[in-house]
Amino acid sequence: MAYLAPTTLDAALQALGEDSWLVVAGGTDVLPAHVGRSLPERVLDISGIDELRGVEVGSDIVRIGALTTWSEIRSHPGLPEALRGLQVAAGTIGARQVQNAGTVGGNLCNASPAADGVPPLLTLDASVELASVQGKRRLSLSDFLLGPRQTALQPGELLTAVEIPVPPADGVAGFSKLGSRAHLVISIVSVASLVRLSPAGTVEDIRLAVASCAPTGKRLSKLERDLRGEELSESLVDQIGPQDLVELSPIDDIRGSAEYRREACVVMVRRLLMEACRR
Amino acid sequence: MKLDLTVNGTQVSVETEPTRRLSDVLREDLGLSGTKIGCEAGDCGSCTVLVDGEPANACTTLAGSVQRRTVVTIEGLLDTPEFEALEDTFLDEGAAQCGFCIPGILVSAVKVLRESPEPTEDDILTGLAGNLCRCTGYRKIVQAVKRAGRRDLGGAESPPPGKAVGARVRRVDGIERVRGQARYGDDVAPKECLGIAVVRSPHPFAGFRIGDIGRFLEEHPGVVDVCTARDVPGRNEFGVLPGFEDQPVFAESEARYRGEAVAMIVGAPDVLEQAVAEFPISWEPKPPVLDVDDARRPGAPELHRGRDGNILVEGRVEKGDVAAALESAHVVVEGDFETQFVEHAYIEPEAGYAYRVGDRLVVHVTTQTPYMDRDGIAAILGIEPESVRVVPTAVGGGFGGKLDLSIQPFLALAAWRTGQPVRIRYTRPESMETTTKRHPARIHVRLGVSETGRLLGMDFRGDFNTGAYASWGPTVANRVPIHAGGPYRYDAYRALTAAVHTNGPPAGAFRGFGVPQAAIAQECMLDVAADALGIDPLEFRLQNALTPGDATVTGQVLEGGLGYRDCLEALKPYWEEALEEAAAFNASNDRLRRGVGVAGAWYGCGNTSLPNPSTMKVGLRASGEVVLFQGAMDIGQGSSTVLSQICADALGVPLDAIRCESADTDQTPDAGKTSASRQTFISGNATYLAATQLRRKLLAVAGASEDAALEIRDGQLVVHDRGKTSTVDLAGLAADSDGFVAVEQATYDPPTSPLDELGQGNPYAVYGYGAQLAELVVDLELGTVELIRITAAHDVGRAVNPSLVEGQIQGGIAQGIGLALMEEYVPGRSANLHDYLIPTIGDVPEIRTILVESHDPEGPYGAKGVGEHSLIPTAPAILNAIRHATGVRVHRVPVIPSALRELLRAGGVAVGSGI
Ligand SMILES: Cc1cc2nc3c(=O)[nH]c(=O)nc-3n(C[C@H](O)[C@H](O)[C@H](O)COP(=O)(O)OP(=O)(O)OC[C@H]3O[C@@H](n4cnc5c(N)ncnc54)[C@H](O)[C@@H]3O)c2cc1C
Ligand code: FES
Ligand code: FES
Repeated sequence: MAYLAPTTLDAALQALGEDSWLVVAGGTDVLPAHVGRSLPERVLDISGIDELRGVEVGSDIVRIGALTTWSEIRSHPGLPEALRGLQVAAGTIGARQVQNAGTVGGNLCNASPAADGVPPLLTLDASVELASVQGKRRLSLSDFLLGPRQTALQPGELLTAVEIPVPPADGVAGFSKLGSRAHLVISIVSVASLVRLSPAGTVEDIRLAVASCAPTGKRLSKLERDLRGEELSESLVDQIGPQDLVELSPIDDIRGSAEYRREACVVMVRRLLMEACRR
Repeated sequence: MKLDLTVNGTQVSVETEPTRRLSDVLREDLGLSGTKIGCEAGDCGSCTVLVDGEPANACTTLAGSVQRRTVVTIEGLLDTPEFEALEDTFLDEGAAQCGFCIPGILVSAVKVLRESPEPTEDDILTGLAGNLCRCTGYRKIVQAVKRAGRRDLGGAESPPPGKAVGARVRRVDGIERVRGQARYGDDVAPKECLGIAVVRSPHPFAGFRIGDIGRFLEEHPGVVDVCTARDVPGRNEFGVLPGFEDQPVFAESEARYRGEAVAMIVGAPDVLEQAVAEFPISWEPKPPVLDVDDARRPGAPELHRGRDGNILVEGRVEKGDVAAALESAHVVVEGDFETQFVEHAYIEPEAGYAYRVGDRLVVHVTTQTPYMDRDGIAAILGIEPESVRVVPTAVGGGFGGKLDLSIQPFLALAAWRTGQPVRIRYTRPESMETTTKRHPARIHVRLGVSETGRLLGMDFRGDFNTGAYASWGPTVANRVPIHAGGPYRYDAYRALTAAVHTNGPPAGAFRGFGVPQAAIAQECMLDVAADALGIDPLEFRLQNALTPGDATVTGQVLEGGLGYRDCLEALKPYWEEALEEAAAFNASNDRLRRGVGVAGAWYGCGNTSLPNPSTMKVGLRASGEVVLFQGAMDIGQGSSTVLSQICADALGVPLDAIRCESADTDQTPDAGKTSASRQTFISGNATYLAATQLRRKLLAVAGASEDAALEIRDGQLVVHDRGKTSTVDLAGLAADSDGFVAVEQATYDPPTSPLDELGQGNPYAVYGYGAQLAELVVDLELGTVELIRITAAHDVGRAVNPSLVEGQIQGGIAQGIGLALMEEYVPGRSANLHDYLIPTIGDVPEIRTILVESHDPEGPYGAKGVGEHSLIPTAPAILNAIRHATGVRVHRVPVIPSALRELLRAGGVAVGSGI
């Protein structure tokens, strides 16, 4: 059994360049997947790589290290308003114990269709930075997520950071999650929104994204296009229907039917938009 | 790898595999067993520790990742001011029941207090959201944390002699539970034990062939023993009811449910995982019988020879001519209802340890029923029951799920055959897949009422999916028909039930033995009937409620201790207020609708018409110590405390004079199982009798009269009789071989009578009653339900310990919420606490508890059971409130948002009933 806990990114990449390893960050996805089973032979514990931790707020880019925990994101005092949805989402991931250990990088690399970190990051047009001994590359989050448990991560690569171009300050961000109980729950649907209205109330910019309704989190691009330039009002919002959610392909499972998911998604989108309207 | 870290303020260095879970290292290598393991998946929070000051689940933390970091466990918090305050308020509130979740909860709570010294309710809910508790319903926990913040500490005064019954005394075993020092099933084994792994069927129904075990043993040097059906020395069949021992320890040639054991591998713990994976076995899956319809289909496979149509047992209670009654009714309403498998989800998984001493076997195990375990193990080993000693550990919740044998046969066979100490703890998926469940029910009810709202007749038909083996299926089939009408008068009544085998997990005992399922059907139909007549649902219940002198559907005439009407009356002011609030809310909301629902329940305490004795023993030592041999398993409900209170008052000594000797089949007499809400009533009576006998004996020694006051102090018996005080030196009395100068034992068996073929007779000596009111808001667009408040009024006869009674009620309500809104076990799909959802701290609303004391003539000091009663009305009250809010009749639980939304879409008359 091999176990490596590098403290620098270089050492980690070196190891990954030579062999295949099971990468463990916070362990909150990996360990539950191994109940009653031991971990595979080779474990690369990246949790000690401090350079991958923390949030840097620049003037046009917010850079979130892959190892930044949901707690750090949730309680960060200096994030732009547009990241409020991400902060709200962070506070709904499991509960405190999970948020203290679980990382943004782990959430994205685990690529669960229900990952709650994904919708807000999609609305922020986030990209991921991937590193290997060969160097670094960047992919948009939507290109990175390929399907359930599938990402564009290549052997030898680590996700090192999430980068967010800071949108103008006057956008209103929201996040809403639906589950069968109050806490510690996998989303039936989760929705994130980022809306910027003109002083007259017309939609200047709008971004909506959803999890648990497709193999990966999805932006609602058609609806965004249709709403852009419109005057946001209750009657307009009430016209939004399942036909507007062409990107979604929900399934039936024990948490809810496909039809329900579509419908709930519509309701949650409407409510987030009304909230944006009111603020 | 050498792991250096600071644990509880001390630098430690451990040699360990870095990829182990931190929880294992803390418990096994550092002996810090206050960190509990409930799931190993981050779902339950019982392993919560502080890593660098922040709460983390030790089970999802790699040991290697805490290198040079700081870990604080519950043991390291005991001297902190936050813990000291919490300890006091938790004990004072009765916020810990089984206690298994409590160390994790307290670690989280300490963090809450450090962040917000005077936390709000929201701070507490957020801070404790990651900690599941299955016993308490959380409300007392919330209250205790609030009080700790305010430093509103309680005094731990003991009530004066003769006043223990009725006092809110602290649990006698509370301190160890709060401090994480109670030793549960996985906390008792010594270091060097062999491990056990069970080879199980991956299919719900399959034939199998086991290959060459000799070769397997050669190829797996760390494996010490393999045991299959052929190797069971005694009977390879067990069960809980005489005549129904149909469950093999190891299936012989065919597995009848997913997860059924076919073989056991004993060996060094580190070789077992691979050994199980390489066990030589081939499977031939067959199409499984999935549900009751499937099982009854002509040509369905017969799962047990001789059980035609896969019917295990049928139950019947019939009184009068139900067809005629329905014929003559002004209104007849009917409905179909469906419930699913429900998992007990006690936070402590099955665990224990066993060893052999010569020709005897000692088993330490988490159990609700030590004597039945002993006898079951003896039959499997083919030895005398006296050759087996069962010493129960602390039990981290049971709710009926720890009444059947689970790990016991494996522990027993492994220790017996190898002669070495052995240990096992089920993983959460193993626990969920292989132990019993609540029976899924399919129920059809027809109810006829007169124009004035009198219940004329009820026709009830219920099929209960009893899974692959009998377990407590016969009990469910027999108990349900007696209770299916609820605590009401009927002119005519017929209830027919069947327990039907399928290839599901064995369905067994779970808080209420089928009655909660039946009550959903019956109490929901009452509302439909009330609505059809335009009568207020609470009035309708009052009008038909059993009152003293009435005969039940089994013809039993009830006289005293019948407080159902009082429960309903107690709810009345809250009901009226709630209806007004709902009306006001609904007047100004269109997407949210508020509703109020009521439901009632009754429940017979103890076995149905069968002998159900309990024996208790009380002894006095020359030192003056009074010892209560307490064989009535305290699985968190508090029997040790309640029985001590009864003992103290019956004997006439202060509570703190009593010491409880806990269950051990070599030491304590058989108090019977902890089930059927029987311990307070039956063991309470046995305790009362034994203590009273002891008192008489002591008074006789002192030559005093019956009503003398008695004191035991400084090794002396001091008796105050009619103004005179005399003393007897206890050391001067002859002591028996156990050191007792006086010892008394008494048995109590409730007076019941057998039921005839129509189910007529007196099945129980005591019934408990209750009624609950649910207030909630339905989001019409999302189908979500937000509970606002539950008001619960329960006739408990006499509240021996009001705090404990409230705890039982609140815990039952939480499970009722789960039954109504979220819990559904799907074999092969939800065998973990990630997909199987039980209520978290945020899912249990404010609970108002009203204790009604009807002073039961048969119960000790008038007390009766409440453990199961409290769960029964919750789900139907919630469903009735949903109907009141939306007009939608829910006929299948759990009604998850998706399901409720579908009903709303189909029948969404967003108008309340006629109230
Ligand atoms: C009780 C509980 C509740 C939960 N609730 C939620 C919830 O509500 N919403 C939600 O979205 N999630 C939830 N989760 C899932 C989980 O906590 C999150 O996905 C978390 O963000 C995972 O991060 P981690 O660091 O713990 O990942 P890990 O478990 O360490 O890793 C997850 C996966 O990502 C890979 N990986 C991790 N980091 C990197 C990296 N930098 N580069 C390359 N690969 C990497 C690992 O190899 C692994 O495959 C819950 C988990 C638990 C146990
Ligand atoms: S969360 Fe660790 S044991 Fe359940
Ligand atoms: S007291 Fe919480 S699980 Fe038993």
